Amino acid sequence: MKYLLLINTAAPDSTEQQPAGGPTMEEFMAYDKAISDSGVKLDGNALDISNATTVHVRVNGERVVTDGPFAETREIVGGYYLIDVPDLDVALDWAARCPGARYGTVQVRTVWEPAQP
Amino acid sequence: MNEQRAARSVEAVFREDRGRLLALLAARFGDLDLAEEAASDAIAAALERWPADGVPDKPLAWLLTTARRKAVDRIRRDRTYAQRLALLRAEGDRTTPAPAEPGFDDIPDERLQLFFTCCHPALAPQARTALTLRFLAGLTTPEVARAFLVPTATMAQRIVRAKHKIRDARIPFRVPEPDELPDRLPSVLRVVYLVFTEGYAASCGDDLLRPALADEAVRLARILHRLLPREPEVTGLLALLLLTDARRAARTDADGGQVLLEHQDRTRWDAGLIAEGRELVVRALTGPGTGPYAVQAAIAALHDEAPDLATTDWPQIVALYDVLLRIEPSPLIALNRAVAIAMRDGPAAGLALLDALTDAEELPGYHLLPAARAELLTRLGRTTEAATAYRAALALVGNARERATLTRRLTELTPPRPDPSA
Repeated sequence: MKYLLLINTAAPDSTEQQPAGGPTMEEFMAYDKAISDSGVKLDGNALDISNATTVHVRVNGERVVTDGPFAETREIVGGYYLIDVPDLDVALDWAARCPGARYGTVQVRTVWEPAQP
Repeated sequence: MNEQRAARSVEAVFREDRGRLLALLAARFGDLDLAEEAASDAIAAALERWPADGVPDKPLAWLLTTARRKAVDRIRRDRTYAQRLALLRAEGDRTTPAPAEPGFDDIPDERLQLFFTCCHPALAPQARTALTLRFLAGLTTPEVARAFLVPTATMAQRIVRAKHKIRDARIPFRVPEPDELPDRLPSVLRVVYLVFTEGYAASCGDDLLRPALADEAVRLARILHRLLPREPEVTGLLALLLLTDARRAARTDADGGQVLLEHQDRTRWDAGLIAEGRELVVRALTGPGTGPYAVQAAIAALHDEAPDLATTDWPQIVALYDVLLRIEPSPLIALNRAVAIAMRDGPAAGLALLDALTDAEELPGYHLLPAARAELLTRLGRTTEAATAYRAALALVGNARERATLTRRLTELTPPRPDPSA
């Protein structure tokens, strides 16, 4: 079963100070090594959080491009992992081990799979 | 005649073992919908066969075998099920060895798994309670809806949504490992506790007690205690429910009106439940792992042992509330502690604590805070303030019987003015 772990972090321009400390690079590297070595990781990356651009296409086809993430977003996705594990408990364990879970939140989503005809 | 008897025994078996049957099927197929449908199919088959063939020696084993076959039939008919299950099997085999088929003589009790699935923290708290009542207590959806005074359609939707989350996000049917229990057990215990408190002091409606709900909670607590006999908090919860439930008969008068602790006829308290609860509370309090339920049970035991309100061991009760506040700080416990302080040190001491709680606005909308203030203000002879506090409590109370008690206290406070026209 495929789960996407979305690592949410405070949006840079909505908070004056980053949460105290924040995860260190070493913490993330250790986590990335653990999740890679376990064989459950299908994909995963950290994202730049300061250069987001948002696109919306209006009914009339007009393309609206704005700077930043969706307006008034207080959290932004700072990274993600796509993992393949047997059930939600295992997915939650990996989410909880993620350094991002201690400084922000990690949202666990299942990948929608259409029923085959 | 024969048919009726068979139907009754099916019902008796089903009522008794429905939870176990559902748990076994859910564990086997990982799908609550399929488990329910297969269980219903098996019941229908039993109603057809038992009158003719006689009730089998091991009715649960018969129902289980039949339900498994019916489930496989359904899987064959429904390709979506088939695919999902094939996937489950493949992944299940990949991670854990296939469980041995249970022998008919010792069918395992898989209800603990079902408890942990129904009370999984990934489900909304309301849904956990609903699922537990539906699948482990065996209530129907309309019964669960009635228990929480919401329309059946609303409850049905809540249950369906939760079942789908279990299936689609794949919440597993498993008992957490010992090192996970501290995280996972409280949510199971909380559900049972909430079912009990709703049965014991209904938050709304016309009846003070909803005995059926309290009975279900005690039954669930007993099952949990049987399955996890060494968990102090499970023992503590069962003790708390028994020691509280022991007072049930004395808590209402003949008309269903509320009788407060100080006026209860203590000879009507259930000595058997008190004895059982006291034995459990001793076990829950000794050794590591003592938690809030065990401490609350100890407080309930002190009340149950006292001949009346005045000779109750209030210093000990205050000390236990202090412990409780340390391990589980909550404004509700602070409120109860303030009332105990008032009993130990006099109403003024209790009132000071209640006023601090009121100022902190930590229990907004909770009628028992102004009600407790009103009580202490009355004892201090500050009747005008007491009346204001009773009115504040009346504005918040949801239960008709509690409303009647508060109204009575308020009228006792303000003697009727002489009628000028007389």
